[in-house]
Amino acid sequence: MAQYMLMVYEEEVDAAEQAEREHVTPLLLELHAGLREAGLLVDVHRLHATGSATSVRVREGQTEITDGPFAVTKEVLAGYYVLECADLDEALRQAAGLPMAPWATIEVRPIMPAEEWLETARRAGVDLDDEDVRNLA
Amino acid sequence: MSAADPVTAAVAQAFREERAIVLATLIRQVGDFQLAEDAVQDAFEAAVTVWQRDGVPANPGAWITTAARRRAIDRLRRNRSVADRAERLAELTRLDARHEEPTMHDESTIVDDRLRLIFTCCHPALELPARVALTLRALGGMTTGEIARAFLVAEPTMGKRIVRAKRKIADAHIPYRVPADEELPDRLRGVLRVVYLIFNEGYAAAEGDRLVRGELCDEAIRLGQMLCLLMRDDAEVWGLLALMQLHDARRAARVDAAGRYVALDAQDRSLWDQDRIRDGLAALERAVRLRRPGEYQLQAAITALQIQAPDAETTDWTQIAELYGALAALTPSPVVELNRAVAVGLADGPAAGLALLEPLLAESALERYQPLHAAHAELLSRAGDADAAARAYERAIALTANAVERAELERRLGALL
Repeated sequence: MAQYMLMVYEEEVDAAEQAEREHVTPLLLELHAGLREAGLLVDVHRLHATGSATSVRVREGQTEITDGPFAVTKEVLAGYYVLECADLDEALRQAAGLPMAPWATIEVRPIMPAEEWLETARRAGVDLDDEDVRNLA
Repeated sequence: MSAADPVTAAVAQAFREERAIVLATLIRQVGDFQLAEDAVQDAFEAAVTVWQRDGVPANPGAWITTAARRRAIDRLRRNRSVADRAERLAELTRLDARHEEPTMHDESTIVDDRLRLIFTCCHPALELPARVALTLRALGGMTTGEIARAFLVAEPTMGKRIVRAKRKIADAHIPYRVPADEELPDRLRGVLRVVYLIFNEGYAAAEGDRLVRGELCDEAIRLGQMLCLLMRDDAEVWGLLALMQLHDARRAARVDAAGRYVALDAQDRSLWDQDRIRDGLAALERAVRLRRPGEYQLQAAITALQIQAPDAETTDWTQIAELYGALAALTPSPVVELNRAVAVGLADGPAAGLALLEPLLAESALERYQPLHAAHAELLSRAGDADAAARAYERAIALTANAVERAELERRLGALL
């Protein structure tokens, strides 16, 4: 088993069309309940619209705060899942089965296990204990 | 490499014949593409030295399998990032202690592993050029340098492409298995597409290093033959093999002494490879007997009809037109429609062909599609409309970048006047 993040990107639409889209909610309820029951749903969240986003950068010691998302694109991150899947094929199947799939683009990314993260940092010469893995992720 | 050296020749032969089988099984056993490939590479390097010293073993494949497995055990002991490392090490060590090669005799295991490997290499989550490169490297036995030269890409570029694909297979857990029944038709179509792309890359090359690119045709046919062995009940797998063999049979006749392309009806038929044609027709027959028509079979059947007729006049254009009709219903495209119109024009006269061409000529996306205007000119000329034919030839000539093609079109235009 591996964990995947399914990032749901969609175009932000006008109120009328958004209201249309809300009608997938009963399908989502059913889907989430099924995934949770099967022990596959690690996390799921819907995000507020990009109008509420703030981006932060620290450059040369100065904190810059800008209104808006990291990148201005037509399709924006609207929410995400973290799912347990047997392999990429299953993760892709789950993505294709999301009720938003007909209008959204779902980016599927494997999550790096904490052990691998620790190992990667160690290979770069960082001194870490095996215990640290619990605090890493 | 000198062919006179028996050890070098034996290693080369083992590389060609056994590498994919050994690699496919080892990937399943160690669960890591890169590690398995490195271990197999180690084994072949060791073979050069050891076989030189001790002689070529009676069963080179078994020798390579054992050596690769031992190298894999060594590498696995040093590599902590492989999942289920302890279980895999235990299994490999157990196999190693058996002093025999059960998998070498177990045909179905070999078949399954090679199928797993080809479906992994052709996984749709990998970019298409990476699928092509991985397939050639893992199953075709070509080196990264050879693949890079065949695709006219710098070797480091090709190397990076392959490394990135293998890393994605590992990081994203692209499964090592034959897809489930409900996914199989789609995924198999993807595999056949990769193989046909490899073939066309070699076949369409009129210029460049022809020797290396002919090798791509050979590799694609070898892959096609392997798929036929692994999936003998799939009609399209046979159809693709037939199509590739029937095209490939004419490879030598497609290029003249000056390296220029020669069209089918101008080819020297004595240069056609009759053995290849026989193989292609046999594969086509096998496909047709399975009674599951598909695009590759239809294209192969069209090619077979063109090849079997002694010349263009005696070709069965009626049947070819019907086959193009079936192909258009299955995979509609302007190219298929155009070919159908040409065939109908030859079967039922130019007026019938022109009628089919009308909708294509009205499409703005095809305004600059040279073959359309060349075919239009040809049909108009045969219909006796010299003025309209001349205009269509001029249009086609204006869209032609290739000097040989332009000369031919100009000759035809001149013949009108």
